[in-house]
Amino acid sequence: MSIGSDDIEKLAVLARLSFEGDELGDITDKLAAIVAFVDQLGEADTASVTPMAHPLDQVQRLRADAPDADIDRARLQACSDATEDGLYLVPRVIE
Amino acid sequence: MTAMHELTLTGMRDGLHDGRFTARELTAHLLARIEAAQPRLNAFITITADAALAAADAADARIKNGSARALEGLPIAHKDIFCTDGVRTSCGSRMLEQFVPPYDATAVALLADAGAIVLGKTNMDEFAMGSSNETSFFGDVHNPWREGLSPGGSSGGSAAAVSARLVGAATGTDTGGSIRQPAALCGITGLKPTYGRVSRFGMIAFASSLDQAGTLTRTAEDAALLLGAMSGLDPRDSTSVDAPVDDYVAALDAPLEGLRIGVVQEFMGEGLDADYAVAVRAATAEFEARGATLVNVSLGNIGLSVPTYYVVAPAECSSNLSRFDGIRFGHRADNPADLEDLYRRSRGEGFGAEVKRRIMTGTYVLSAGYYDAYYLQAQKVRRLISADFARAFEDVDLVVGPTTPTPAFGLGEKTDDPITMYLNDIYTIGANLAGLPAMSVPCGFVNGLPAGLQLVAPAFGEGRMLAAAHQYQQTTDWHQKAPGGWS
Repeated sequence: MSIGSDDIEKLAVLARLSFEGDELGDITDKLAAIVAFVDQLGEADTASVTPMAHPLDQVQRLRADAPDADIDRARLQACSDATEDGLYLVPRVIE
Repeated sequence: MTAMHELTLTGMRDGLHDGRFTARELTAHLLARIEAAQPRLNAFITITADAALAAADAADARIKNGSARALEGLPIAHKDIFCTDGVRTSCGSRMLEQFVPPYDATAVALLADAGAIVLGKTNMDEFAMGSSNETSFFGDVHNPWREGLSPGGSSGGSAAAVSARLVGAATGTDTGGSIRQPAALCGITGLKPTYGRVSRFGMIAFASSLDQAGTLTRTAEDAALLLGAMSGLDPRDSTSVDAPVDDYVAALDAPLEGLRIGVVQEFMGEGLDADYAVAVRAATAEFEARGATLVNVSLGNIGLSVPTYYVVAPAECSSNLSRFDGIRFGHRADNPADLEDLYRRSRGEGFGAEVKRRIMTGTYVLSAGYYDAYYLQAQKVRRLISADFARAFEDVDLVVGPTTPTPAFGLGEKTDDPITMYLNDIYTIGANLAGLPAMSVPCGFVNGLPAGLQLVAPAFGEGRMLAAAHQYQQTTDWHQKAPGGWS
């Protein structure tokens, strides 16, 4: 399966990534090489094999659905470059 | 008298308790070594000198009044992937260059509660994606054994810092070999526990079904000391395992007699440096001479471990790293045209080339039309690889082999070819896919550079594995060798 620049643009949109200048040619070449490398997985006979999602086959432990907020909003929002009145700022979405 | 930095973590503990030196003296001595080493090794991203000295004074007071805890006053460093309350946590990325977390990772909190003193945060491959420490936004780390060579990665800064005697021990994380491979290349002891043994809370996620925190130390005895303090159930990590934590230090005395050790045949053939193979054979012969029984074992599907990993890990990474949106934390692009532009440029500018490659790979293998052929197939092959280990452990207590195919390689040598770089983890990835505990111990030298022996145990077999490594280190001295100029 070859990967072309159209595929890269589609994937970049899905991944919400931008590529500038030489980056585009580089990612096209290297992603094609990586996909060619992982293609060898197709050689394995897995017809009767159950997929493995957890390395120890354990189920996810759930906790009680109770509030556990021990970080105050001001400290948490100090990690952001753009907040106002306790809210995160983003570009206008609704005109 | 042995210089303070020459001591192992356990030796430092004894020195503090015997009154040979104070925690302040030890901390100040190592901080001076870190400062002096930084221009040559670049092992640290952030050095926390003031906080470390204040903590050392508090440790001295506790030692004096008899309330010392298990790791009181012992100097360590954290890989910069662990969130540290009030201390920048960059994950080796421009994305988090200015990120100061408002909380501690559980592993960080547990080690602090045990009295350890943190001297700084170590350099690493960006978001732990790399095997050479060259993908770090903060520059390459150099191998203390020979500057100009890679220390390995992704925990390359932690490995270099322990190897150069800058700290007593360091934390690391291992998703496909990121503790064991740099430990082997830097001539130290590196341990990745069973998946879920150490909490992943506050450890910045790369591939959640593979990531595990562990230790980089000079000896197996030090690893046992540190691992005991880090391990345990954490309600904040739903994958952390609810199983009792063994007394790893007490377990070290178990003898080698009667131990059945499987030598992985697939790891001893083509691709392994011939002199490296000699070092590994000598190590297995030492185990045999001490009363262990050697058995040849085969892991028939292990040859597919690297391609399996490079589907599963990027898939999980593409999902995990979607949290970096330029809004709540991390790099934010200037003057975005709209929300989409903010996302794409913040991520495009904030992530380096290897991280973007893995996100793109993950997006590809999860996308419609390719999911079954790649992601689902990789999960099935993962089970085959895991079953191979399970079969081997029906007959043996541990499996062993080389940690890496070659000793340390040159910085810049493999950066143009991702596949060649990925194959560097060919012997280590299997344990991550199967969730098994594994470690690397120094076992000799190839052209003056350290070689590592890898031991892999059944799930929660850390105690038995540490005992075997410790017993090996009682009659060999590879782990005591210091890189020239750093002793």
